[in-house]
Parts: sequence; structure tokens; C-alpha cells
Amino acid sequence: MNTKKPIYVRPLDLKQGRVEMAHGAGGRAMAQLIDELFATAFDNPFLAQGNDGALLPPANGRLVLSCDAHVVSPLFFAGGDIGCLSVHGTLNDVAVMGAQPLYLAASFILEEGFPLADLKRIVESMAHAAREAGVPIVTGDTKVVERGKGDGVFITTTGVGVAREGITLSGDLARPGDKVLLSGTIGDHGMAIMSQREGLAFDAPIVSDTAALHGLVAAMLDCGADLHVLRDPTRGGLATTLNEIAQQSRAGISLTEAAIPVNPVVAAACEFLGLDPLYVANEGKLIAICAERDAERLLSVMHAHPLGGRAAIIGEVVEDAHGFVQMTTRLGGRRVVDWLTGEQLPRIC
Amino acid sequence: MCLAIPALVVELLPADMARIDLDGVRKDISLSLVEDVAVGDYVIVHVGYALQKLDPQEAAETLALFAELGKAA
Amino acid sequence: MKYVDEFRDGDLAKNIARKISLEANTNHTYRLMEFCGGHTHAISRYGIADLLPANVRMIHGPGCPVCVLPIGRVDQAIRLATEQGVILCTYADTMRVPASNDLTLMRARADGADVRMIYSTQDALKIARMNPEREVVFFAIGFETTTPPTAVAIRQAAAEGLKNFSILCNHVLTPAAMHAILNVAGGVKLDGFVGPAHVSTVIGSQPYEVFAGDYHKPVVIAGFEPLDVMQSILMLVRQINDGRAAVENEFTRAVTREGNRKAQALVGEVFELRETFEWRGLGTVPDSALRLRQKYTAFDAEQRFGVKYIPVSDNKACECGAILRGEKRPWECRIFGTVCTPQTPVGSCMVSSEGACAAHYTYGRFREEIQ
Ligand code: SF4
Repeated sequence: MNTKKPIYVRPLDLKQGRVEMAHGAGGRAMAQLIDELFATAFDNPFLAQGNDGALLPPANGRLVLSCDAHVVSPLFFAGGDIGCLSVHGTLNDVAVMGAQPLYLAASFILEEGFPLADLKRIVESMAHAAREAGVPIVTGDTKVVERGKGDGVFITTTGVGVAREGITLSGDLARPGDKVLLSGTIGDHGMAIMSQREGLAFDAPIVSDTAALHGLVAAMLDCGADLHVLRDPTRGGLATTLNEIAQQSRAGISLTEAAIPVNPVVAAACEFLGLDPLYVANEGKLIAICAERDAERLLSVMHAHPLGGRAAIIGEVVEDAHGFVQMTTRLGGRRVVDWLTGEQLPRIC
Repeated sequence: MCLAIPALVVELLPADMARIDLDGVRKDISLSLVEDVAVGDYVIVHVGYALQKLDPQEAAETLALFAELGKAA
Repeated sequence: MKYVDEFRDGDLAKNIARKISLEANTNHTYRLMEFCGGHTHAISRYGIADLLPANVRMIHGPGCPVCVLPIGRVDQAIRLATEQGVILCTYADTMRVPASNDLTLMRARADGADVRMIYSTQDALKIARMNPEREVVFFAIGFETTTPPTAVAIRQAAAEGLKNFSILCNHVLTPAAMHAILNVAGGVKLDGFVGPAHVSTVIGSQPYEVFAGDYHKPVVIAGFEPLDVMQSILMLVRQINDGRAAVENEFTRAVTREGNRKAQALVGEVFELRETFEWRGLGTVPDSALRLRQKYTAFDAEQRFGVKYIPVSDNKACECGAILRGEKRPWECRIFGTVCTPQTPVGSCMVSSEGACAAHYTYGRFREEIQ
């Protein structure tokens, strides 16, 4: 707990106040922001050491380190905000390496004038996400940029974890015959964001799927299935992540469109904007590639977990020197599922 | 191509606008290119405008024709 | 989605496919052009080519407003945004179209131009109302489907006295392009057309009657769902087998012979024919585009800002013209997939995902590379 005597004349105005340049200048204002906002919210003994870095106990096993910068507009969206997103994103990157995440570090770039009330909401959301995940935020940093030079808040998080003994997961380990599993519906996060974009605004009960996946990953590892690849299909969506795996593994992937779960309202929103859910971002889904004989068992383990209720076997790895991802469409035809070209933009034609 | 999709009119709004629904997605669109649209109609929506009313009778007939092809084959 | 999902049913698709195989005469190659990018999209996205017998060949037409937009037109839009400092409102589709000097509207925006993606002409009007001190130009593109919403916006701007709003008009006409394709010197080997879906909701089926009459080419107007496309192919095969050439309508749920009279009247009130217009891939086509009528010229950005159209010739290696006429296939272009890819489009057919080359690159490559 934070038992230091307050050294500030007035407490931070977390209702009306705004981020000032001084909050990043290293002086008293910055110390106050860290004390009254970050340290209070994140509250753990490592952070309470109050040093430039966190001194951590020795870890038992191979370390996994992952880092992710988070920018999102709008900062608050249905189902989450940049705060919990920045925690989940990095935890998931560590988890899909087959590791148990242990610690997080967070660095903030704040724009001058950003409301402290919004910052408080974001920080508390991060703290809540970290606490739920059981992974403390042990160190961090804050900088402030002049008004107009940022987009409110940018958050970069770094995660450290320990890889499970004897487990090696890698994008180049997919082998012909392996099955491809997906933990749930696709496109929810991207369409939740899109629905609030200026100019496109539509009303739809779409909620971001942002979630920490390491619990699900642990259950999947526990079952002893012969897992080869785990990935979380974020930006660029399912299609892009599968193409990365296919290229790394020099194999093809063959999908069955009808097996890929999509929420009807997400499908409808995509239809409106001329988007393909295969390319829309997710923040709480994973792709697993495992030996064929273990696929059904792995699927039932996923089904038993709250984040895998709609998991499905969506395809298989095939021999193909070109590394194409192909799909049998609902109609029974076949097509290539290519990489995303540029940013996904709505279409009218 | 011109991306357009049939959607259900759920509410008529002032200024020749209407609220439409497509499987839970709701949006306000303009009715200035069509006539006699009522709540419950399906309209074909393109860039925020209804282009045409969808004829449910004709849709049913087209689908019946597809089904017929199956039997005949 | 009602009226959508029913038209994507896999079992029904198989039935129609079986019928097509049964009825298509094995001694004949059916060369059918789907005019619209929407049909191209349905064919590639649902893998319809796989369900068709080898002797039914689909030729992707020029029906994607972005693909047929000449480089010089995008240049004009970029000049308006960069040199004239206007707020340029555009449908997102044009954002990545390559223009001169390695520019796109996207890059122009990155360089500081005020380019805004909008979903509807109503949004452009809103932006004009909110920024009375700025000039707001709407980059109007599209076929007969997309023109009426522009006409509504012009009428509204005129009624409101919105002085800072204008359009860069690039609205083009479908039947004119079909004429251009059929009039190619030496003739084209086309047996029939899958006719436009949403364009026809506006113009009706009547304007295609000349193609059945004068050119003896069957036309079947079809919706954009995969079953619509397949059914129209079956209907075309039947007409060709019977030696008939008529305009038939598969998309009766949304298309009548007359079309949408109200929309036509609005368009006629606001726009008039341009004598000529350059199409990418087709060259200069007479009476193939629209411009604002005299009484609305105040809303014409080309005149208001004096931005002239400067034609830019296409890359010499590009075979888009031949592809659009059905003489060549994408992979017969020397630079397909190497120099010209969706990330680095050289020709018009690669620009939008609806273009013949892009559709083949994105969805169909395995056909020649694997098999
Ligand atoms: S591949 Fe590119 S250059 Fe070749 S015809 Fe197609 S669009 Fe033109």
C-alpha cells in the first residue's frame, strides 16, 4: 500500500483537471500524477518499490518478452477502452507463445489538455484488467506531448512470462494434416470500433471481444494436445494471421467458410460497409494449429472455457509450396483468402 | 459495382428520412429517391439512400423458381 | 439477413450448377460478360467459377466506377485538395487509387491535404454547413446507382443557398460503356451479358433492349447475390442455346422495366450528357458521362476552381483494354502479379478489388498456379 505522506498542497483534480506539460516534466506534478493516479490504481509491491525499474524474483524457465503499442480511436468503445485493451493485447501476445504472463510494464504518452477524468477511467480499466488477469503492472513511464501532437492517449505495454516446460509454439510449425481451430466469433472488436467512427456511425449491439486469453491457453496446454502454433488474430483479422502462418510454415491452409463463427450483427454491419469479417480485427480470439489426432479433444477443452464457447475447427493445413490460404465457400466454390491490402476501408462500390 | 443491401424500414423520420434495420444494425437513411415507403417495407440501401422498394412477392417467386430447379434436376 | 441469406444457399447453388452443366452445349464455349464489379465480386468471393463447367467462361467487365476512373481525374481531386486547399469529401473507394507522381488521396492526406472519407452525400453537406469559411468539394464518382444521391445533394445545396459546396463530377453511364465494348474494331467475342443489378434498379431494364435488338446479344439482369448470378448464367445459356437474344430480368424483386422514375427525373433535372468522357481501359467514349446543367454550374468544382482535366496515359504493358473486351485474361499480362499487384496497381483492373486483375489476384490465383 501507498503509505507515503502526501507532499502536495492540493490533490489532483480528477474531475475537472487536464493533463499539463508539467505532468510529464519529471517534477512534482509528475510525481503527484503517478502517486495519486497510477500507483493508487495499479497498487502492487513491485511498483511500490518506487525505483526506476522493478526488481523481480528469479523466474523458473525460459522467458517470453512481448511489447505492444496501443492506439485506438475512439478511446472508449462498446466492450472496453484503450486501457483494458493495452493489458489484454500484451498478455495475449505472451500467452500465445505458450507462456504464463507474470508482469506487465506500461508507458503512457499523454496529450496536453486530455481530461484527467478520462485518464482516470482508462487507468482504472487497466488496473482492473491486470488484477483480473492476475498479472501486476510493475513499472511504467509517462510523457506528455503538446496539444495537437498526440491523439489523447497512447499506451505501450510490455509483458514478461515464462514458457511452459517442454512447449515450443511457433508460426513455422504448422504441418500438412494439422487442424486449424478458432476460439470464437470473428470481427467483433473491429466492428465495435467501426460503428463509432465519425461519418459511419450506425447503431448496433456489437461489443468488442477484448479479453485476456492466458487462462484459455493454460487450459489448452494442460490437456496435453500436440499444439504447434497459437496466434491471436488482431489487426488484419483471421485472414492475415493465417497467411502469416502459412508463409512461415511454407504450407497451405484450407478453410471451410461455413465453420467460421461470425455474429449475425457483425456480419450485417460488414455487409453494410462492404467489409469482409475475415479481415476485421479481434482482441480476444486465438487460432490454434494442432496435430489432427488431438483436434477434437482440444476443441472440447476450448468449449469448456468461458472464452472458447464458440470454438470451432475451421480448416486444416495442406501441402502447398505457394503458401496460399484457400477457402471452400458456403456456396461450395473455392477461393484464395489473400493478405489484407492496406488498411480496410468501407466500400460503396 | 454499387454496394447496396435490402434493409427493413422500422421508423419514418422527419425530412424524408427513415430508420432502417439489418439484423440489428440500425441506420438513418434518406427516402428522397423513393415514394410511398411504409414501416415494414424492405428498401435497397445505397450510400445512405433508399434506391428502390423490394418487392416481396417477386422475391418469393424467384426463390420458388430456384427450389423448382432442384426438383427438376 | 432477410432477402440476402436465402440467395446464398449452397444446396440451391448446386442445383443451379447442375442445370447449367446439363444444359450447356459441350461443343460451344459460352463467353459471358458480367458488366458489374458487384457480379465479379460475387463470382470471386463465393468461388462461383468452380461451380461452372469449363465451357462457360465469365469475362469481367468494366463495371467498377473506381476502375474506370482515369488517373487524370484523381489528379484533379488531389490538386483541389492540395493546391486549392478545399476540404475534399470522398467515398473511401477512391482513397487508394494511384494518381500521377506516385500520389493517392491517402498519401495526399498524409501530406496534409484535408481529405475526408464519407459514407453519404448527406455527410458532405453536413461538413459544408459546419465549415462555412472553407470550400467543400465532393468527389462524385459512380454509375447510375450513385448519381441520384449526388443529384439530391446538389438540389439541397441550391435550396439552402450553400455557397461553399461543389462537386467534381465523374458520373458515368453504363449503357454507353456496353456500346463501347460491343463496338470495338474487329468485334468482340461475347455471347451475352449478365446485366447490372443496382444500376438497373434506377434505370430499369429498358435501356438494354438495344443490345438484344441491334447487337443480338442476350442480356439477363441479375442481383448481386451468388444465386442470382448463377441463375442469370443459366438463363443466358438457355437463350444462347435457343438462338434468342432478349432482355430478361432475374432481379425482379428490385428491377422493373421503367426503373425508378423519381430518381431518373431528379438526375435529369440536375445533370446533362457530356459529349465525351475518358474511361480507363476503354478510352474516350461518346455520351458516356454526365455534367451539371447550366443552372447548377455554380456547383461545378472544375469551373469554380479552374482545375483542368489533363489526360495521363496508362502504362504500356497494361492489357486492361484487352481484358475488358474479353480478349485476354489477367495472367496473360506480362506484369500481372509481379510489377502489378493490389499493393502496387499499375492498371485500372488492379485498382479496386472488383477489377478483373485484382479479383483474380486476390481470389483466384490458385487456379492457374496450382492446377
Ligand atoms: S495486371 Fe495490371 S497492368 Fe496487367 S492488365 Fe491487369 S491491371 Fe493492367
